[in-house]
Amino acid sequence: MAKWRELGGRAAARARGVANLLTTPLLPDDLLGTLNPVWSTSEPAARVVAVRRETADTSTLVLRTGPRRAPHRAGQFVGVGTQLAGVWHWRTYSVTSRPDERLLAVTVTAIPGGTVSGALAHGTPVGTVLRLGPPAGEFVLPEPVPEKLLFVTAGSGVTPVMGMVRHLAATRPDALAGAVAVHCDRTEADVVFGAELRALAAATGMRLVERHTAVDGRLTPDALAYLVPDWAARQVWACGPGGLLDDLGDWWGRHGDADALHVERFVAPRPAEDAGTGGRVRFTASDIETDAAAGQPLMLAGEAAGALLPNGCRMGICHTCVGRLRSGAVTDLRTGERHDTPGEPVRTCVSGAAGDVEIEL
Amino acid sequence: MATLTADHLTDEQIEALGAELDALRAEVVASRGERDARYIHKVIRTQRALEMSARGLLLFAKFPPAWIAGTAALSAAKILENMELGHNIMHGQWDWMRDPKIHSTTWEWDHACASEGWKKSHNFEHHTYTNVLNKDRDLGYSIMRISADQEWHPAHLAQPVYNQLLAAFFEWGVAFYDLEFDLVADGTKSKEAFKADAMRLWRKARRQLTKDFVLYPALSGPRGFLASAAASLVANTVRNFWAHAVIFCGHFPEGVAVFPEDQLDGETRGQWYVRQMLGSANLSGGPLLHVMTGNLSHQIEHHIFPDLPSNRYAEIAPRVREICERYGLRYTTGPLRKQYATVLRKINRYALPRRAERAALLAREAAQAAEAAEATRAVQQLPVRPAEAARPQPVRLAG
Repeated sequence: MAKWRELGGRAAARARGVANLLTTPLLPDDLLGTLNPVWSTSEPAARVVAVRRETADTSTLVLRTGPRRAPHRAGQFVGVGTQLAGVWHWRTYSVTSRPDERLLAVTVTAIPGGTVSGALAHGTPVGTVLRLGPPAGEFVLPEPVPEKLLFVTAGSGVTPVMGMVRHLAATRPDALAGAVAVHCDRTEADVVFGAELRALAAATGMRLVERHTAVDGRLTPDALAYLVPDWAARQVWACGPGGLLDDLGDWWGRHGDADALHVERFVAPRPAEDAGTGGRVRFTASDIETDAAAGQPLMLAGEAAGALLPNGCRMGICHTCVGRLRSGAVTDLRTGERHDTPGEPVRTCVSGAAGDVEIEL
Repeated sequence: MATLTADHLTDEQIEALGAELDALRAEVVASRGERDARYIHKVIRTQRALEMSARGLLLFAKFPPAWIAGTAALSAAKILENMELGHNIMHGQWDWMRDPKIHSTTWEWDHACASEGWKKSHNFEHHTYTNVLNKDRDLGYSIMRISADQEWHPAHLAQPVYNQLLAAFFEWGVAFYDLEFDLVADGTKSKEAFKADAMRLWRKARRQLTKDFVLYPALSGPRGFLASAAASLVANTVRNFWAHAVIFCGHFPEGVAVFPEDQLDGETRGQWYVRQMLGSANLSGGPLLHVMTGNLSHQIEHHIFPDLPSNRYAEIAPRVREICERYGLRYTTGPLRKQYATVLRKINRYALPRRAERAALLAREAAQAAEAAEATRAVQQLPVRPAEAARPQPVRLAG
């Protein structure tokens, strides 16, 4: 049996070798991708098969992906690439469909002034081909699922939690019976997935607390502790604006178990005071050299000079853009922290040059 | 009156011309977008469809109609792949789309010469030192004598013959020339570097040859094997002759200037533009000619802006030509047949030694001096023309 498998494996490798030679200098995958972008495995793509308008600024894109999509865990995000005016742009969005569903759903909120999120949320016709990155992110539920769950979300921060709640409701509705979900948004009409959350709560016994900040004001940790008296006994998954997450972090650090709080940040925290000095950047593998201004991420400087750099979330989350530091120093633009150990992996999307620097990308 | 030198222009006028061209380039860069992306995707789809149809037809290579159609389609596919796709993508003309599949750092072409070596010898050495004798390492200059300023050698007597051989095996000529035997011989290139380049060529060539002359012929069956291999040979050769003709018409026809090495000393951006324009020649024709030459029919536009998308060259050509005319610089263009005839005439003429050339050279210099004098008069209405004494020193270009 093992022998047959080995022979089969060798025959398949031989067949792949011949196919590669037949299409050289391209790969068979390039031709498949030309016939239908969704068939490409080297640049995984997806076709938009439906667009659901959730609220005034939020849409869910339902995607048909290729046959070999990497499976995601509920709560993770994926990189989404879209071509605007001929140029590919990448952003990350939470997956809101369940892992077992054939179609993949990502939910996009248009950020005021954001060209990419705006185009995706409002200007994506059915049939559009988007590119997909692999699912990533640590904002997921452990196995076994904790008995007492607390979700704290605000605005579009509900999207990864929606992925979790849908998954639990379909596979283990009892896990939601003792759960509490506190969600904030400006008004009832702004609540993404509002109707579905209310229905799920009614069906599973999950306690849903909606806070409409236009009337009730912003959620504070005190108010949360009042709304959920047994907060300290719960494992918490929180996602929302940086200010809220910072407040929760302080609260749990001071009054609770910091390990019980799991957060997901959608936007990079405010840039550090020390934004680096800028300097000459050389990308050694691309053989491109350019000047990076103070506070300018190395990635943007490189792209402006024509380098093709790996990138994903572009805000320091996903680690797609990591390159090794060969020489020089960089500043983490979010924290002001300096990195100058040769060989250290550096995230180009959130690192600025601190003097002249060489990155192995 | 347009001339082959810029002697009639002041330094300020040359820099003003440079600024006009910089502005034109910035205008195109700012307007790149959807339409351009659609264009390159369409060329890629067309080329791949053409190639796959050709390979499909050639499965039946032993039937003459299939052989003829398949060979024609394969020739066209290879020409498109090398010229409008490979050459231009490797120049970085499409890097702005940030598509890893259509990018100068990732593209590999259907050609014996590996993309890495090509990008160095062509993009850098030819495009930087265009038409500077002893510096431009474009193949033609190293083995052909196409100017009276080049030293004659008895081997040049054979150049009309070896030019045709080169045309027939052009891709191999380019690939082997890229190994830089001459630099190894004079010690400027190390044996290790040579060995690494030779291995790279061998790896690339082996794949190319296996595909064209073993695998696809084998798919045509035992009785179609030879016919299919012959189709590959014909298609490659057609592509070779075509590429050779287009490339030689870009820099070697009548009416193109060559420059001495000291031209590079302190050359400014404006002077660089002038050299690129006077050192290149266009081909006139319709859209099909332009796409099949990879838009090298707009060699002048390509040489001043090597990394602008090729579909834009035709659009800016009238404006570049207008600028040339306004500054009294020659803008050489003509139909392929006529231009190629002047290339062949040059190759025949300069096969003979200098002595016979001397009289013709003197006559040409006299004619050029007269042209220049004429141009000086014609250019007096140009905007910038300060006193001769107030000329500033040219600025040295960085790098």
